[in-house]
Amino acid sequence: MTLRLPTGGLIDRSKPIHFTFDGKLCQGYHGDTIASALLASGTRILGRSFKYHRPRGLWGAWVDEPNAIMNVTLDGHVFPNCLATTTYLQDGMAARAVNAWPSARFDLKGGLDLFHRWFAAGFYYKTFMWPDWHLFEPLIRRMAGLGAVSPEHLDTYTSDQTHDRCDTIVIGGGPAGLAAAEAAAQAGQNTLLVEDHADLGGSAHQLPTIEDTPTADWIAARQSAIQSAGGRILTHTTAFGIYDHGLVGLAQSGPFGTAPRLIRLRATRIILATGAIDRPLTFANNDRPGIMAVDAAAEYLARYATLPGRQIALLANTPQADTLAAQLTQAGAQVTHVDPAQSPLSARGGKHLTALQAGDRTHPADTILASGGLTPLVHLWRHAGGKLDWCDQRNAFLPGTPPGNMTATGAANGTFDTDEALEHARATGKNTPTQRPDPKHHITPHWPAPGSKGRQWIDFQHDVTLKDVELAARENYTSVEHLKRYTTLGMASDQGKTSNMPGLAAMAAIQGRPIPEIGTTTFRPPFVPVPIEMYHGAHTKQLWNPLKRLPLEPQHRAAGAALGDYGGWLRAGWYGKGSPETQAQSEARMARQTAAIFDASPLGKIEVMGPDAEAFVNFVYYNTISTLKPGRIRYGFMLTEGGAVFDDGVIARLDANRFVISCSSSHVDSVRTHLEAWRQDGNDPDRIFIHDTTQHWATLTVTGPRARAILDTLDLDTDDFPHMSLRETSWQDTPLRLARVSFTGDTSFELSIRASQAPALWSALLDAAKPLDAGPIGVEALSILRAEKGFLMIGKDTDGETMPHDLGFTDPRLKKSPPFVGDRSLHTDKANAPDRKQLVGLTVPAGAPPLPTGAHVVTDDETPRSLGYVTSSYLSPTLGRPIALALLENGTNRMGDTITAWHLGETRQATVSPPCALDPEGARLDA
Amino acid sequence: MQIFTCPFCGPRDEREFHFAAEAGKTRPDTTRQIDPETWATYLHAQRNDKGRTREVWMHLPCSELFLMERDSVTMEVFSTHPLRKEPQ
Repeated sequence: MTLRLPTGGLIDRSKPIHFTFDGKLCQGYHGDTIASALLASGTRILGRSFKYHRPRGLWGAWVDEPNAIMNVTLDGHVFPNCLATTTYLQDGMAARAVNAWPSARFDLKGGLDLFHRWFAAGFYYKTFMWPDWHLFEPLIRRMAGLGAVSPEHLDTYTSDQTHDRCDTIVIGGGPAGLAAAEAAAQAGQNTLLVEDHADLGGSAHQLPTIEDTPTADWIAARQSAIQSAGGRILTHTTAFGIYDHGLVGLAQSGPFGTAPRLIRLRATRIILATGAIDRPLTFANNDRPGIMAVDAAAEYLARYATLPGRQIALLANTPQADTLAAQLTQAGAQVTHVDPAQSPLSARGGKHLTALQAGDRTHPADTILASGGLTPLVHLWRHAGGKLDWCDQRNAFLPGTPPGNMTATGAANGTFDTDEALEHARATGKNTPTQRPDPKHHITPHWPAPGSKGRQWIDFQHDVTLKDVELAARENYTSVEHLKRYTTLGMASDQGKTSNMPGLAAMAAIQGRPIPEIGTTTFRPPFVPVPIEMYHGAHTKQLWNPLKRLPLEPQHRAAGAALGDYGGWLRAGWYGKGSPETQAQSEARMARQTAAIFDASPLGKIEVMGPDAEAFVNFVYYNTISTLKPGRIRYGFMLTEGGAVFDDGVIARLDANRFVISCSSSHVDSVRTHLEAWRQDGNDPDRIFIHDTTQHWATLTVTGPRARAILDTLDLDTDDFPHMSLRETSWQDTPLRLARVSFTGDTSFELSIRASQAPALWSALLDAAKPLDAGPIGVEALSILRAEKGFLMIGKDTDGETMPHDLGFTDPRLKKSPPFVGDRSLHTDKANAPDRKQLVGLTVPAGAPPLPTGAHVVTDDETPRSLGYVTSSYLSPTLGRPIALALLENGTNRMGDTITAWHLGETRQATVSPPCALDPEGARLDA
Repeated sequence: MQIFTCPFCGPRDEREFHFAAEAGKTRPDTTRQIDPETWATYLHAQRNDKGRTREVWMHLPCSELFLMERDSVTMEVFSTHPLRKEPQ
């Protein structure tokens, strides 16, 4: 049975489109939505409800539709949760009702509805408590999901993001929006009009003429006037949210299956012309397929030339219903007007409506058009913080005290008469203060009647009935916010566009309080569901958090490096093709036997300069830096004001007023910000300058017993150059900073050179190393070497509570007299507590494997307690045994004790030892 | 998304800024005895005012700290000022 009319509408009958619904071949026209094409073909059941799997048809014609949710497959990709009423038809679409199998018409789970008495609100909370919710959760989740994503499509499903601004944005391209935008543009304002349909006009299409002009001509005239005055128009674009400082979120739809474009728009002025939607009447079986909103029927008739049915009961008392009744009759339908004040009301029939029962009268009908009055769409008004006023005459919440830069006009402002709306919209567009016109009609309230018989639906999408609201009230969930969460009313993907008003009106009636006293739940963006992809756009992976790249990356690749992310830098983990463990072991062994070259370029090189630089570094360091002589280097800590170790590393003094801070590789940005904050707080910022030169310099470390020999080959003088000193020299006419510091315990030199000259230095060092059986090592080997010496890595061997005296650095805490960051915090009860976690080494019995990193050291009681944990653990190739570092309660006083380490249910024994396991006398340093 | 006006760089997106501290907090002179309560208050106590607030923020690209007066309820920004002393 086709309900399509031979003429009229906005569809293009010369362009038929074929698609399938639940496997059945269907046909529509260009300009149709999935919903309108199905309605026209006589399909009445478009979905199944979420909980009871009740058959459902169309209620709305656009974003307010709660029932017709589809999985749509196009070109092999599945797109879940497409609203059939807003998805324009394309050739080859295969649509399936989302919550039904095998089809919406014959749903296997339809039988669930028979058990509805057991599934009332709160059913899950009450029933699945015992013995454990997690036992039931997987099954319930499988039953509850809506739709499925095609994960392979996500790689290409990328949203563009743009930024835009304008003087005035008009949201909504209906009669009021068009008039307001025209007036604003002609008043010289940079104006943007957005409309979420693919075409302009909104509800205008329901009217044959506007201002005595045929509607299509009127719309075209407004459009051309806006554009010739310099205004812009975006159709198929939804304003889904208003955020702080006048930010409007716009989602611009493209072809089906592409991610919408996100436009972040800043507008000086926002005009809301979003219109209004019908609210359902609450009566027995008011969810049956064939019960549709008056406004939706008017839209299907006007836009898609489709009747909602043949035999229609019109259950409404709004002026819009009278206009529609005339149009439907003219189009050949049989219309019976029924006063919704009659009681009781109930829909007869199951999958197909047969009649409307009103009091003792039965009106045969295949379709019921219902409206309890119009609800202005004030979502965006509330996003922006605008207040709402209750209007008794209109029975609706209207925009009240406005947010800073916003005005509402047209139906969104409660003006449902077109001429009045146009006058108000034009004044608003020109920015002339205008009163809201008084309503011409007084709407008789028809709200849910608590205690009445039958299953009366409040929320169609989440299957919340009037009885559920009554149950919530009985159980004292009387606040609307509690009601919402207890019954899930308004929490479906339609966010209660049709259900919130009946829901709160029901609660008001139950409590005998006026509706405005009950209030509304919070309106939150987005107004319609938008894909998560839209928010991140291209800002993912490397474009969100790009890896830092080394100047020597090509050289590392050529040397066979396994490159990985180490603290945000792409660095060589190890070289060669063996397993990571084997390669790291052999590199660490080589470093101890001959020498190793290590790319330490990511090490921080933050320069602190100026006449107050000395006092400043002395203040930001735990250690005394003021006594450091030019050309010398000192190891030290920076603390937070709470006393915790923030960063460690060496600081070098180049001259009286110039220092270089060598902070941890992964920590440079936060150290620089930390230094900047202190520089500008309590100091004269004109006497201290901070400059991060980390990426200007490449740093190559040469370490090992033969390190000096390698430097000799490069003619770099290392005579009279003690440990912890620095010399500014040159190599091949390029300035070179030569530092003698050691993170391995062996004789080590750090050679820093202009980044562009690094390849030459790297080649020269490798050439010099080769005859000595020395070569490059990666980060993994270095980690072993430093752990053998008990040298810590911040954030690995320390945590957010570690203080310097926990690491064995006690002197400044006791002796440094000038103030420094964190000083007072080192003398609190907590800092003095005897059970602080201290850095220790752990030695395992001969033949035992390394301890797992992260293993907890536990007490031996019946209920073991954690005393700390293993922070680093390796096999030492030089010592030929495992080594480990740990943070252990009162660890320094436990030297020699045997402890128990627990990991994933297994326990191990180990002995507490000093952190330094290799060469504790430091003989290798000057070997 | 808010717009803050860096006194040095002009109006910029909120993502470029870091909150530093509530304004008006002074570091106690740690060369003197400080009782634990005073130090704990300095470290941890925040007024967290509802309504008009004075805060110090950092604009990360230029690294300058500045004083911002704003409303913590409506998010309105009243003013921003450099922390730097005026040149003598």
